[in-house]
Amino acid sequence: MAETSPIRSSQSGALTRVEFTERSIIDEVVIHAIGQEILKLVEAQPAPKLLLDFTGVQHLSSAALGVLITVNGKVKARGGKMALCQIAKPIFEVFRITKLDKLFQVHDTADAAAQSLA
Amino acid sequence: MAPEQGGSDETLTLDITLREMREDVERVQRVVAEALAARGYHPDAMFAIRLCLEEALVNGFRHGNRFEPGLVVKFRASITPSECTFEVEDEGEGFDPGGVPDPTAEENLEIPSGRGIMLMRAYMSEVEYLDPGNRLRMVYRRQA
Repeated sequence: MAETSPIRSSQSGALTRVEFTERSIIDEVVIHAIGQEILKLVEAQPAPKLLLDFTGVQHLSSAALGVLITVNGKVKARGGKMALCQIAKPIFEVFRITKLDKLFQVHDTADAAAQSLA
Repeated sequence: MAPEQGGSDETLTLDITLREMREDVERVQRVVAEALAARGYHPDAMFAIRLCLEEALVNGFRHGNRFEPGLVVKFRASITPSECTFEVEDEGEGFDPGGVPDPTAEENLEIPSGRGIMLMRAYMSEVEYLDPGNRLRMVYRRQA
């Protein structure tokens, strides 16, 4: 199943880093699977520190934004923190239009995002 | 219906009936992307149009047809080198876009739905729902 997973995750101390294996996060089935897999990771940590790395992601839909909002809510409810990084310019524009750049912590690099979660 | 192929300066008109959401939305996206690329649209414009078509077509299946088997979504387009007009019609009862709360209001920021329409309005030059609200018309005009 690992090769068909829409995410790749790694744990470094308290930090959970998630990367996306799909360039387009628009398929409903893929979006649902991403949400489920990330929520599983979040629920495995007492106070999750979740870094979402968007390297390689070229498209996403409003349904994907909905999943990120749900995940963010779950992270906060567990006393954790979430940060996003490496978001391509056109996708960042989607976050800006929907004002989700105000709700989420967005950083240019994975290092900066990891530091913000430290 | 097979799209009429034209040169890059020509108008491409499309009239496609979508029956299977994922497969047919991808087919529409492919045909439109090829038409836009042939007419020299900027990658940012292609990104915006792809996103808006995704939102409009998926809304047609989800909110309009409520994923009811047998119901279709009709897609019509006219793509010229200077602008594109898209129409998406579902078989639902129609809806009032004014009834969707502003997802950018602070109190709504954490609600995980309701952003598709605002993205279409942000990227497209014109967006209107035609009576009784099950037919969406969007126009994208290229910047001079």
